[in-house]
Amino acid sequence: MTDAGLATEKLPADPAEVAPERDLMSKFDALIAERQALIDTGVTDPFAIVMERVTSPTEAVIAGRDTILLGTYNYMGMTFDPDVIAAGHAALDQFGSGTNGSRMLNGTFRDHIEVEDALRDFYGMTGAIVFSTGYMANLGMISTLAGKGEYVILDADSHASIYDGCKQGNAEIVRFRHNDVADLDKRLGRLPKEAGKLVILEGVYSMLGDIAPLAEMVAVAKKHGAMVLSDEAHSMGFFGPHGRGVYEDQGCDVDFVVGTFSKSVGTVGGFCVSNHPKFEAIRLACRPYIFTASLPPSVVATAAASIRKLMTADKKRAQLWDNARKLHGGLKALGFRLGTENPDSAIIAIILDDQEQAVTMWQALLDGGLYVNMARPPATPAGTFLLRCSLCAEHTPAQIDTVLAMFEASGRAVGVIG
Amino acid sequence: MTDRTEIFDTIAAQIEPFNKKGVTVTEATTFQGDLEWDSLTVMDFVAAIEDEFDILITMNMQAEIETVGQLADAVAKLKG
Repeated sequence: MTDAGLATEKLPADPAEVAPERDLMSKFDALIAERQALIDTGVTDPFAIVMERVTSPTEAVIAGRDTILLGTYNYMGMTFDPDVIAAGHAALDQFGSGTNGSRMLNGTFRDHIEVEDALRDFYGMTGAIVFSTGYMANLGMISTLAGKGEYVILDADSHASIYDGCKQGNAEIVRFRHNDVADLDKRLGRLPKEAGKLVILEGVYSMLGDIAPLAEMVAVAKKHGAMVLSDEAHSMGFFGPHGRGVYEDQGCDVDFVVGTFSKSVGTVGGFCVSNHPKFEAIRLACRPYIFTASLPPSVVATAAASIRKLMTADKKRAQLWDNARKLHGGLKALGFRLGTENPDSAIIAIILDDQEQAVTMWQALLDGGLYVNMARPPATPAGTFLLRCSLCAEHTPAQIDTVLAMFEASGRAVGVIG
Repeated sequence: MTDRTEIFDTIAAQIEPFNKKGVTVTEATTFQGDLEWDSLTVMDFVAAIEDEFDILITMNMQAEIETVGQLADAVAKLKG
């Protein structure tokens, strides 16, 4: 009756220690020490924030305190939309809590089809494929589209998911300077003419909130016979006449658009849309699509409901831009150094001198009841330390006034502004 | 061999503006260990080398290059 697998192992009373040079965790010693040094200064760990309650798209309770959220990507404030929540409830009741399988096998339910239909309608495109996260959409599309002997050309400030998509694939990788049209042109010109090429751009770059000169870049890419993929994660819902993104706003055509459900849509998931007649083949070849479980039914149902509402969310869109202009103008008037000259997107980044300044100010804001994102190298461009604000269509003008007063007080206390 | 020597000398000259520590540059000098360059410096330097020789060094190739000598070899191959 002995089941080998269940037999109790006899452990030595005094096991030999793993030699430090063979302990695989030793490589993290510097990281552990740096984090400890930060916490020892007495600040709240910026990477261990817990939302104890979330009361609206713009408010939560953190460490027992009512807090205004100015660092989420809930741009369109869809997370508490009654229709979205009702769609999720209904799907939970009808289809259960999960799919237990890959899209390719048993993991495609009615609402996976419905959300892909909603995406086709939203983007006016013939093809839509949903992934389990936005990260996996980039990972899957990039590694599958560009194969051995082909080239991926990416902006140096690309998101980690784009870099990781490059690493996962077998293509040759070439970088160009951030948003530099001439540099892109030069690099494309040095590549073999006959080779397949994929240029990857982002509508909005999330660290500084700056936008890409997509129209010029797409023209350059086409001139060299390259296909273009644009990541519109931070623009969906409020750029362009239909809210499709920066590419629509600048009136250019791209071959593939990658996006996410975790920002304006208000849930989780990723997708790619395209008019390419062979687009469906991606489903048969893309490993991050095939070898993972599909999204739960309630998630795709909420996404579908949210996307359909975003198609006509003109009032929210206008409010979001009003909010961005108000906060940007207010911070600029207070004397803060910002990531962009103008309110180009719904992300407004305050540039600080060093980690100490960033942490001290971040802590002061949090203690006063405001959550923003702190970002540091290597996530940030040019080694900058940032406090990043991202706006929501549901922020009220009164909340923005409160936020500006908090920035003024903490900025003066820390000595960032005079 | 003179070509290779010329390439090395040109690379050494291109390193100087980025050589904040004043390291003596030899074939065996490493970019990360000796020159202590971060990824941003590497990117600027690679761009300068690419423009100088009118070549393109992909990130895949860059991952294999650790020393100045290896870079000189790679440039010689790409030019050839």
